[in-house]
Amino acid sequence: MIRTAARYRLLALFVLPALAVYVLFSVYPLLSSVALSFMRSREHTFAGLDNYVRLFTDPFVSERFGTALLNSLEFFLIHLVVEVPIGLLMAALLTSSVIRRSRGVYRTILFVPATLSVVIVGFVWRLIINPLWGLVSFPLLGDATTALPTISLMSVWQYVGIPMIFLYTALLAVPEEVVEAARIDGAGPWTLFWRIKFPLIAPQFGLIAILTYIWTFNGFDIVYALGGSAPGPNYATDILGTMFYRTFFGSSGQVADPDLGATIATVVFAIILATTAAYFVVLQRRIKTYEL
Amino acid sequence: MTIAPASRRRPRHRGDALNALVAHGLLVVFAIVAIAPVLVVVMNSFKTTLGIFGGPFLPPDAETFSLQGWANVLSRGNFALNYANSATVTIATIAATIVLGTAAAWALVEYQVRISPLLTGFFIVGIMLPIRLGTVPLLQTMVSWHLVDTLLSLVLVYTAMQLPLAIALMTTYFRSVPTELKEAARIDGAGELRVLGITLPLVRPGLAAVASITMLPVWNDLWFPLILAPGRDHQTVTLGVQQFVGQFQTDYPALLAALSLGALPLVVLFSVFSRQFVQGLSAGYGR
Repeated sequence: MIRTAARYRLLALFVLPALAVYVLFSVYPLLSSVALSFMRSREHTFAGLDNYVRLFTDPFVSERFGTALLNSLEFFLIHLVVEVPIGLLMAALLTSSVIRRSRGVYRTILFVPATLSVVIVGFVWRLIINPLWGLVSFPLLGDATTALPTISLMSVWQYVGIPMIFLYTALLAVPEEVVEAARIDGAGPWTLFWRIKFPLIAPQFGLIAILTYIWTFNGFDIVYALGGSAPGPNYATDILGTMFYRTFFGSSGQVADPDLGATIATVVFAIILATTAAYFVVLQRRIKTYEL
Repeated sequence: MTIAPASRRRPRHRGDALNALVAHGLLVVFAIVAIAPVLVVVMNSFKTTLGIFGGPFLPPDAETFSLQGWANVLSRGNFALNYANSATVTIATIAATIVLGTAAAWALVEYQVRISPLLTGFFIVGIMLPIRLGTVPLLQTMVSWHLVDTLLSLVLVYTAMQLPLAIALMTTYFRSVPTELKEAARIDGAGELRVLGITLPLVRPGLAAVASITMLPVWNDLWFPLILAPGRDHQTVTLGVQQFVGQFQTDYPALLAALSLGALPLVVLFSVFSRQFVQGLSAGYGR
């Protein structure tokens, strides 16, 4: 055994480099962003809640923020509702006993879209659904009611491989003895999946939901790749990420406003943090009740 | 599509052949949906503009085949440099993440003191931290350190971004290494660095998982290159393709060639390392 003092010294020696990079370029910027939202950066003075008052009461800004928030929520819900069932179906098929031999090939192909950059995803789908020569004659991206669902589905197409992989590994981890025992008891594949395997992989759905939530509320790339930072039509596809970018850096129709940008970032951060914390509290409770 | 492979394996139930047919059928449909758009891009990059608009879903024939798009990309684009930049950033980030992440995870598992669990938790929380929301101060830091428009700025941010997942992964791998091995080495008088060196071969799958899982988000990121390193000399492939798309909006063959160029390396790399990636993704988040 190593003495306690030596252990502290070794711990510091090995952990400090990682800690320094992590704090300097991840933790500090996030906290500093929170601090910045209470400042007037040009005059270097304390602004109190002025930026927040502006974000929530200025008619123009608050309307945009409300739209972006609702759009982000829609963006998330479409991901969740479409990605999870399809990912589950894919995972169930991949792990079914009749596939075995070609499992790896299918798994790799199904994950290919997730390896592409959004620039490619945006471009190719715009090409495919172009009303002039593509597969549909309706301008899906040009219409305010269909634009956001269309973009969301493009993103779903790209990332459905991620829930698939989570559920796939969870299904593979189901103990063979359990499955075999159920089979001997006369359970068919359908019963086997829903009654035995599904309850065992259920915790994965919570994880997928919370990760999807964090990723979609941070979303930016696909919308930016398709429509730039002032996404139309009439801001119908403006999500929190694009609004933050446009506010901070400015765009053709808007002057840059770093203070308001930091404020938006802080509010989004608070929303994500609160939801994630709530999720873990609920999760912990549930685990406790199971243990009892 | 035949049912031959299934029947060869002597199905246990009579329904197995039918089940196999349905399963393969569905998976083939999913696979086509996943891969067809990519093929459309690559295929059309070998056609004339007229050929593309005349039948975007037809393969090139004698009349529509053309290499002009690729020629234009190679002459007008900056892709050799963009590739070099992306490769530098990705490889440097993977190296930094592995070295720093492995050292930290090792110490958090090996030198348990009262603050160890707290420190581990502090790192793991980072998996959930939306680092992009700290962009404003990050840019200010980079400006004051004269790091704007350098590849180093990207490497630092990506390393900070990937470290939590790397540490989460590596701690699980280090925990599975038997204590006897390390104690035996220590009794033989090995220094701590040497003990870590002896342990590393045992956690190699973890290192591979960290590398493959770091690769994707770094190579494909659009946000930080756009903000921290937008200059022509330091553009990554993803940003280069994005700008090329904006600049040559009418030259479709060239655009599609550029997009194919951007997609190719990762699709190939992922196909090679998909096993490690699957391992990394599930072991890193699933805790």
